Amino acid sequence: MTTATQHNAAAPQEPALARTVVVSWKAPIAFGVITVLAAILFLVAGQGGEAVFRISAAGDALQLPEIVLDATVVAWTSTILLLAITVASALLVRSERKVPVWLMAVFAVVFLIGFLTWAAAGARTNVIPVAGLLAGALSLSVPLIFGSLSGVISERVGVINIAIEGQLLAGAFTSAVVATATGNPYAGLLAAGVAGVLVSFVLAAFAIKYFVDQVIVGVVLNVLVLGLTSFFFSQVLAPNATTLNSPPRFERIPIPILSEIPLIGPTFFRQTIIVYLMYVAVAAVYIGLFHTKWGLRLRAVGEHPQAADTVGINVTGTRFWNVSLAGAIAGLGGAFFTLGSVGAFNKEMTAGAGFIALAAVIFGQWDPIKATLAALLFGFASNLQNTLGVIGSPVPSEFMLMLPYVVTIFAVAGLVGKVRGPAAAGKPYIKA
Amino acid sequence: MSAQGPSDPDVAVETGSQVPPAEPVRRAEPEPEPESRWHRALREVATGNAIISVLAVVLALIVGAIMIAFTDERVQAASGYFFARPGDTFVAIWESVSGAYSAFFQGSIYNFRRPDFAAGIRPLTETLTFATPLIAAGLGVALAFRVGMFNIGGRGQMLMASAAAGWVAFSFDLPFGVHMFVALLAGLLAGALWAGIAGLLKARTGAHEVIVTIMLNYVALYLVTWMLRTPGLLQAPGSNNPKTPPMKDTAIFPAILGDGYNLHFGFLLAIASVVLVWWILDRSSLGFQFRAVGENPNAARVAGINVKAMYVYAMLISGALIGLAGVSQVLGTVTTGFSSGIDAGIGFDAITVALLGRSTPWGVLAAGILFGAFKAGGFAMQAAEGVPIDIVLVVQSLIVLFIAAPPLVRAIFRLPAPGSASRRPRPNVTKEVEPK
Repeated sequence: MTTATQHNAAAPQEPALARTVVVSWKAPIAFGVITVLAAILFLVAGQGGEAVFRISAAGDALQLPEIVLDATVVAWTSTILLLAITVASALLVRSERKVPVWLMAVFAVVFLIGFLTWAAAGARTNVIPVAGLLAGALSLSVPLIFGSLSGVISERVGVINIAIEGQLLAGAFTSAVVATATGNPYAGLLAAGVAGVLVSFVLAAFAIKYFVDQVIVGVVLNVLVLGLTSFFFSQVLAPNATTLNSPPRFERIPIPILSEIPLIGPTFFRQTIIVYLMYVAVAAVYIGLFHTKWGLRLRAVGEHPQAADTVGINVTGTRFWNVSLAGAIAGLGGAFFTLGSVGAFNKEMTAGAGFIALAAVIFGQWDPIKATLAALLFGFASNLQNTLGVIGSPVPSEFMLMLPYVVTIFAVAGLVGKVRGPAAAGKPYIKA
Repeated sequence: MSAQGPSDPDVAVETGSQVPPAEPVRRAEPEPEPESRWHRALREVATGNAIISVLAVVLALIVGAIMIAFTDERVQAASGYFFARPGDTFVAIWESVSGAYSAFFQGSIYNFRRPDFAAGIRPLTETLTFATPLIAAGLGVALAFRVGMFNIGGRGQMLMASAAAGWVAFSFDLPFGVHMFVALLAGLLAGALWAGIAGLLKARTGAHEVIVTIMLNYVALYLVTWMLRTPGLLQAPGSNNPKTPPMKDTAIFPAILGDGYNLHFGFLLAIASVVLVWWILDRSSLGFQFRAVGENPNAARVAGINVKAMYVYAMLISGALIGLAGVSQVLGTVTTGFSSGIDAGIGFDAITVALLGRSTPWGVLAAGILFGAFKAGGFAMQAAEGVPIDIVLVVQSLIVLFIAAPPLVRAIFRLPAPGSASRRPRPNVTKEVEPK
């Protein structure tokens, strides 16, 4: 009886509550800007012609036919589709509903197809090797993904990790030296993890024991590792390149059956051991963070250390060991630079990948899966530029290089907006 | 304070002490007045902040010495027969380390091998020349820090400022002075606008400034690279190199110590910026709002401060200061035309400078000069002794780390912590009575 009356009393208020849904015009505006850009690019600067998408690689068991698209048709179709999505999102927002994520994904895919067709049609050779494009994108993303996982763990436990760049670089340096000295790339991989942990130890010791500002320690550690590796590279590695800096590289290991699936196989299942390790790491970090006791404690320490301490969690210890774990993961990512791709260490070879990983952490809202997707986006964009550079693109290559970063700015400003990190990240915990 | 009754509560709040209500406020100097700047400085020296800084530098130099010694070929050769003649190893260590550090000193402060003072002091002016962009860019990063923002976009802002100032400086014909001023203004504007994008996006959409400034670094790099290789924009006419023509003489910063020295007008501008930033942060109402937002944006908003506007203003000023670093590079240091490496990593060094200077203007000035000395000395050390300049990065970062953690330095040198009278009885208690 009483519940019924309460329900009746509350019923008239429901519409009032529903009306307070926060709507944002950011997504339609971002869509609109990109659509206008696309229209200018595809329709005004397009030259017609054909674009060929080669789905299957040369050695595949199952050969799929090439897809040939007419540039003019695709230009008009994609522009109209983009416009339609923009209008649809504007209507959604006007009727006070949110723009769903799948609509954003469709928008991105349509834009990408339009862009690729446009770029390929205006190029010297109009064939886009889709499998190669995706496989290359994945391998460029590997260090970024390891780095962003490191950032996610570290910041979730309450320690801002700007030192990802340093951890990657330390991993790259150590793995090159150890793998060369032992002749075993697996030893190098292990050493890379240890090097990442060592960098993290410094970060953890200064941030947790001495309460130094975590941003300061992170930035300084990047400089320190850069200085150390460059110094030893010039002094020791460069003169003794054969004995210290020519590590064996990991072989590509095709996984039986899976690697024969068209498009997916060559992309995901004909990679090196580091890439497979990355799949495991992403899954482990996701499950660990959100479905285990370890993850719950970790997040509690990062969100509200006092509360965690009150229920008996050792805040300092949790932070210390998880920051170390984060360092190990980033170190493995560093090994990819030497053992997975290039083969020898070089000065500053990470070239800002740690900062891109940091951006992926924030872009991915401190979530391992979303951060991985953000890192994949960066990797894809860099490889897209490589591919278009090979086939010869109609616009100056610098603008191709710029594109991923411009898209990120639009995405961060228009679609993601204000993000909120773990509440206690950056604040040292001083036990009263 | 509330016990004083209704007589004059404001006075009580202002002095913060138990002044009886009947007495006039300005009595002959009661002791709880806020201590003067000299008192504070003396107290800081006494409690060891200055000592910590000196010791941090010493520690970092010791680590640098170890690195130099261990990688020196003579030391390695002598240590091969260490047990036969250990003296040789120590002599070799001493020679390599002292050689490197004396080259370092003579490259950054005073060169004793020159006949007269005017030539001997030249390294110090080189130090100040290297310090100029570091001070300017460090101020920019520090100002953003004070508003609670992390401007990693120094590289992009410097590149845009360099491009704008350089373009004005080599493509226009204007009278001396005016030309320089217009080029300077163009550079400052470009830097400010480039950083302002990040500030505006943060204010309007909440986009994280770290992401946006990192992304803008790359955008600026590729934009400037493209302009540098496109004839009619920044590329020198009749050349295929991605490099600009030399700056016109009317736009170049004059040398302030005569033609024998590289120190240019930009250094004075950097000093003026230090004073300006100090005035903004410590004396102006804008600076008060900046600091309030930096301390606690929510409290600042409640207090009626327009937090979003502060983000935009702070990034604009920060970008202009970093732009000054770019302008001083193209109009002062590298006047023969520049390429896309004109920023020379200063945008990132500036972060370290700002951190070492604790985000205060005078601290940034000191840190900038110190790092300028490291750069000048590092190049001299590389040229004279073959020690890679990368060691400077190691020493710099160690200094910042040690200064940031005074307890560590105290532990290494076994210095007493300030106000640690109760140190002695501690060991007796903890070991015996272990709970759990």
